[in-house]
Amino acid sequence: MSKKVLQALQKKFKAHILDSHDRLGDETVIITAEGLRPICEFLKSDDKMAFDFLRDLTAVDYLQRKPRFEVVYQLYSMSLKHRVRLRVVVEEGNETVPSVCDLWRAANWAEREVWDMYGIRFEGHPDLRRILMYEEFEGHPLRKDYPIQLSQPRMDLRRKERDSVEEYRHFHLRQDDDAPAE
Amino acid sequence: MGLEDRGVDGVVTSQLGTALNWARKYSLFQYPFVTACCGMEYMSALGNRYDISRFGAEIPRFSPRQADLMWVVGTINHKLAPYLARIYDQISDPKWVISFGVCASTGGFYDNYATVQGIDKIVPVDVYIPGCPPRPEQVMDALILLQEKIAREDGDPTRGNPAMVGGTSA
Repeated sequence: MSKKVLQALQKKFKAHILDSHDRLGDETVIITAEGLRPICEFLKSDDKMAFDFLRDLTAVDYLQRKPRFEVVYQLYSMSLKHRVRLRVVVEEGNETVPSVCDLWRAANWAEREVWDMYGIRFEGHPDLRRILMYEEFEGHPLRKDYPIQLSQPRMDLRRKERDSVEEYRHFHLRQDDDAPAE
Repeated sequence: MGLEDRGVDGVVTSQLGTALNWARKYSLFQYPFVTACCGMEYMSALGNRYDISRFGAEIPRFSPRQADLMWVVGTINHKLAPYLARIYDQISDPKWVISFGVCASTGGFYDNYATVQGIDKIVPVDVYIPGCPPRPEQVMDALILLQEKIAREDGDPTRGNPAMVGGTSA
């Protein structure tokens, strides 16, 4: 449907495009962080592209892979009814991507969420604070190396939080105790 | 005092505590701390089909200072925990807490970094209601359990053991 978008991007930004495909109508370009700004500016301002709607902005952590992260932009053109997906690769240790807040205001909170959950910084963001977690929270919980049950209480708890692994063991030990002696 | 035995009509003698507990258990003013989908079942229990006001828990008050029974309805996460504790502190004594649904009681299936694994880590709980969500009948049952618990109270600061709907005797 929007193969012409892919073709235009490949023609214009060959140096920044690592890969692209259009399997099942999912036009996707995988690009470098340096290429993000020029590509987005082109996609938004060019009359034949006219991507006026940032539908979603999120990230993926491919823990074992290098580069480790990807930031994903889902773009849609309301006037021309076509779409494209940008995937920006991000290296571990230098988790920085330029912000696109000035192009699409929808990016503001979405970029804050990606910063909060994955610890990827957006350069040029007007107000890059945590949006879901509290300020005292350390780390970024949707990173695959964040232990899923590791909570960081903001106040003194009246008793210890349950640990489901420990509970499971305890339950099975108790079941064994109840079993009749052989 | 044996006033009844002396033939004085129209007098019932009792302990002051028992009379107070009787008054308290039929005039519970609720503060609903509703955060999630369980709120729908709470509204259902409140509405005219089930009508929790039949049991003396008539009107939800939306200020903790006007309430003495806090319903914690739904998932509580660590970001919210200090506010729950603060609202509990704002309720004047005597006060009671019902943990509504499995998320409030144990964290439910949200066994992760964000969710408090049961509100009893933050405030003392009097009655737990399991279920995802609980049926209004269970909510009625919890209120009756709480009333029975209030009737047994004798100013004991430990407030006795918590009860659970569908559980063995409290």
